[in-house]
Amino acid sequence: MGLISSTHSISRYHIDGKIEGSIIEIVKTGLMKYSIPKLESEYDEISAGWTPVESPYTPDFEKFSFQFGTYFLFSLRIDKKSIPVKLIQKYMVLEIEKKKEKLGRDFISKNEKLEIKEMVIDILMHKIPAIPNIYDILWNYEENNIYLYTTQKAANEFFETLFLKSFKLKPIRLFPYTIIETKSKFLNPQKDRVLTLAPLKYSRKSYA
Amino acid sequence: MLDIATAYNKYKFLGNDYLTWIWFLIETDYNISSLLNSKEIVTLEVGNSIVLENKLGDKSKEKITIKGDQAGLEEGTTALKKGAWVTQINLICKINEDEFKFTIKGESLNITGLKPPKTKLSKKEDEIEGLVLEKSFFCFQIFEVIDTLFLKYLEQRISDDWNSKGLQDIKNWIGSF
Repeated sequence: MGLISSTHSISRYHIDGKIEGSIIEIVKTGLMKYSIPKLESEYDEISAGWTPVESPYTPDFEKFSFQFGTYFLFSLRIDKKSIPVKLIQKYMVLEIEKKKEKLGRDFISKNEKLEIKEMVIDILMHKIPAIPNIYDILWNYEENNIYLYTTQKAANEFFETLFLKSFKLKPIRLFPYTIIETKSKFLNPQKDRVLTLAPLKYSRKSYA
Repeated sequence: MLDIATAYNKYKFLGNDYLTWIWFLIETDYNISSLLNSKEIVTLEVGNSIVLENKLGDKSKEKITIKGDQAGLEEGTTALKKGAWVTQINLICKINEDEFKFTIKGESLNITGLKPPKTKLSKKEDEIEGLVLEKSFFCFQIFEVIDTLFLKYLEQRISDDWNSKGLQDIKNWIGSF
């Protein structure tokens, strides 16, 4: 559900600080350095990186734009391998039977079972393709705002880590407290008053 | 600034109280445009869902979900009377002729299921930049309304006449059901 889809889920960030130097070049360098690898690693359970909005499966920032008007728009792609439990169960049963036959026993120990499980997961992890998830990022650089088109916690965490690494700028997630800190024009005494507020109660007792 | 995780939990009630206030503004036909000092005509309506929470005697919580296009909100107002607060609300915001539908969560002020106004531009190569700019504009517009109203709400909460006026008006509204 990205920026150009018909429905959006959005979490927001305030960016602490500014880029020093040529903004567009530095953004481009950060995007290219931390773009998702073109070739999938068969060993990684999860990999994440930037990719152009117009070309999510070929991360080429030379060919595809990340600048639209005065905004930056690109995507975070998170590829995750996920092995269905039933598949693990199937190969466990097959491997346990093989092992019993090989050892000439009709049972195997708990430790042997664990070893088989690890081996099965390892083999399947190499074979199974990763599932890509793509989340758009709209960066209003002038206003220090970022709109991440997802509210999934895991995607937020990947974004925060990768953004800091790529641009050396800290994204601060926006929620009631941080909106007050970054967007209000409250003077310190007013801010102090806000921060000493307590939840309201509207219950019947209060009408007395 | 406080530690982010601590601040999130400590002040999430401000977002929940804010959503309750928005519901009050809608139900009492408050003039949103004048509150925002906006030249645009901004209106808000409750959409198809409200979620409330209430603390029970022990550490557990009661969750009240009202869903449906024609759903009555009486259970919600009854829950407010019993001490519940709004944690999530589906809203329809009109800015002049443009309509935005979305669900907003109190604790984070994140929005989900946002349906912005329809656009005539397509994803074709020669229209993509225009499409991105238009969609971005819609996104900025709706968050501008959310943030401005939130800060207006806080201004009222810390004003000297909050207890005698702002809070009393909400209590009168709740008491009117």
